[in-house]
Amino acid sequence: MNQHFTSTVETAEQAGATQQDVVRLVELKRRFGVTAALDGISLTVRKGEILGIIGRSGAGKSTLIRCLNGLERPDSGGVFIEGREIGRLGERDLQPLRRRIGMIFQHFNLLSAKTVEDNVALPLKIEGRPKAERLARAAELLDLVGLSEKAKAYPALLSGGQKQRVGIARALAARPALLLSDEATSALDPETTRSILALLKDINRRLGLTILLITHEMEVIRSIADRVAVIDAGRIVEEGPVWSVFADPRSEITRSLLGAIRPQLPAELAARLLPAAGAETILRVDVAGEAASGPLLSDLATAVPGAFRLVHGGIDHIQQQPVGTLFLSVPGSDANRLADIITFLKARQTRVEVLGHVANPV
Amino acid sequence: MSPILFELLLRSIWETVLMTAASGLISLVFGLPLGLALIATERGGIAESLWVNRALGAVINGFRSVPFIILLVALIPVTRLIVGTSIGTWAAIVPLSIAATPYYARIAEVSLREVDHGLIEAARAMGGNRWTIIREVLVPEALPGIVAGFTVTLVTLIGASAMAGAIGAGGLGDLAIRYGYQRFETSVMIAVVIVLIILVCGIQWVGDRLVARLDRRG
Repeated sequence: MNQHFTSTVETAEQAGATQQDVVRLVELKRRFGVTAALDGISLTVRKGEILGIIGRSGAGKSTLIRCLNGLERPDSGGVFIEGREIGRLGERDLQPLRRRIGMIFQHFNLLSAKTVEDNVALPLKIEGRPKAERLARAAELLDLVGLSEKAKAYPALLSGGQKQRVGIARALAARPALLLSDEATSALDPETTRSILALLKDINRRLGLTILLITHEMEVIRSIADRVAVIDAGRIVEEGPVWSVFADPRSEITRSLLGAIRPQLPAELAARLLPAAGAETILRVDVAGEAASGPLLSDLATAVPGAFRLVHGGIDHIQQQPVGTLFLSVPGSDANRLADIITFLKARQTRVEVLGHVANPV
Repeated sequence: MSPILFELLLRSIWETVLMTAASGLISLVFGLPLGLALIATERGGIAESLWVNRALGAVINGFRSVPFIILLVALIPVTRLIVGTSIGTWAAIVPLSIAATPYYARIAEVSLREVDHGLIEAARAMGGNRWTIIREVLVPEALPGIVAGFTVTLVTLIGASAMAGAIGAGGLGDLAIRYGYQRFETSVMIAVVIVLIILVCGIQWVGDRLVARLDRRG
């Protein structure tokens, strides 16, 4: 009953809504035994954007991405691809639709018995295209991913990064509207990861291809995603433009995922932190947007006279937006002055946290 | 060895080769689809049907658990129905094929199961149907194992065909028993053993070569 109600609403909405949404998920649920892999996920992916979904392993992101091309069936909820509900389609009806969706995988999943060009041409073979056209398209795509000279090689002879390039070329062969990336860089070293991500970004820009990627690495989100959704225990706990989520993470899980790539208080200083007042107070100040581009620290020195030190931190640029974390040390045990500093910083749209105190300054 | 015995030896070689080749071919033609059916119908397979899977498994196990010499005799009515006679080389091909088919189906099943599930998923994600998955993924990826398994089956068939002498099928085993053993013709026995060794080594060598050429997994 409830489901019926939801789908009526969706259809009405859909008429007015937009060609912009390549993917729309409505209250998606999927259980495996007693655990809910997806516990009511609603999400849209707009045309031409790169949406990153991040979560720890077991958070439900693999199940989610596999619902988008019908490799996994949700228990309830709607999956709309280019406005079309696919959740209730049979396997046979899903097959032509899947050709509109390319997919790349963590372990590449290239066929070892086929040459690189035959791997790339396989989606077109499945579509029933003539051989000459398949090979021409494969050559074009191998050129795009920079592997033309490997066309006749077998995948076993390629490096991990080259395999993933072949995977990308194969995923693009049938000119999809959407590219799904299932942890595509998780098996690659950092340098190869960067080159693969740069390739994906380039394809996104040049072909206007919509990309949905799942990952457990914030670095991946940081380098190529436009928007990010953080998933935990089958729910989306946070969603928004990447720079704003990085600047102001609201959930604990986001903060911990960000931990790996955000500046942290140096360990030796963190070890000496005391809860009680001491010689110096250590503050963590998260800045973004105007606060990060303006003369924040010199303004602070003018507004609240007295000394303070920058202990650690820096400003990063995400999607052309300055985002950063500064660790300040305020000497003395004057509680009023400390309160003034915090009030000033908060007035400048920063997030301030008193981390603790150190007895003897460094 | 007398010229007559030598001629007998040549004829026996031909009979053994004929029985092995014919029943090997038949077991390939029926065993590979059976192996595919076992893989496709198992849990999580591309045409999951546990009921069919269990039924197929039971039939295969049933045939495999009967000793060949008993199968040879028990299948006499079937043989007579198919070949018209229950005696001779052609008649032996029926029980040999029926014994080798489930044997080869199990070997093919093992090779097919080793195909990475991720590859099947990739083919599905490309919009491939079951037939595509079988033709483009399962069989090509498992081909080295399928060929290696066929080699094993052929060698096993050479051994099994020796027993077919019991229904007058001739062949090298029959020659070795009747002349080498029962008539104390040691030279015949030695010749048969040498020919068998050459046959088995030859088949294995060709099979290994083929597998090495087909295997692209690096």
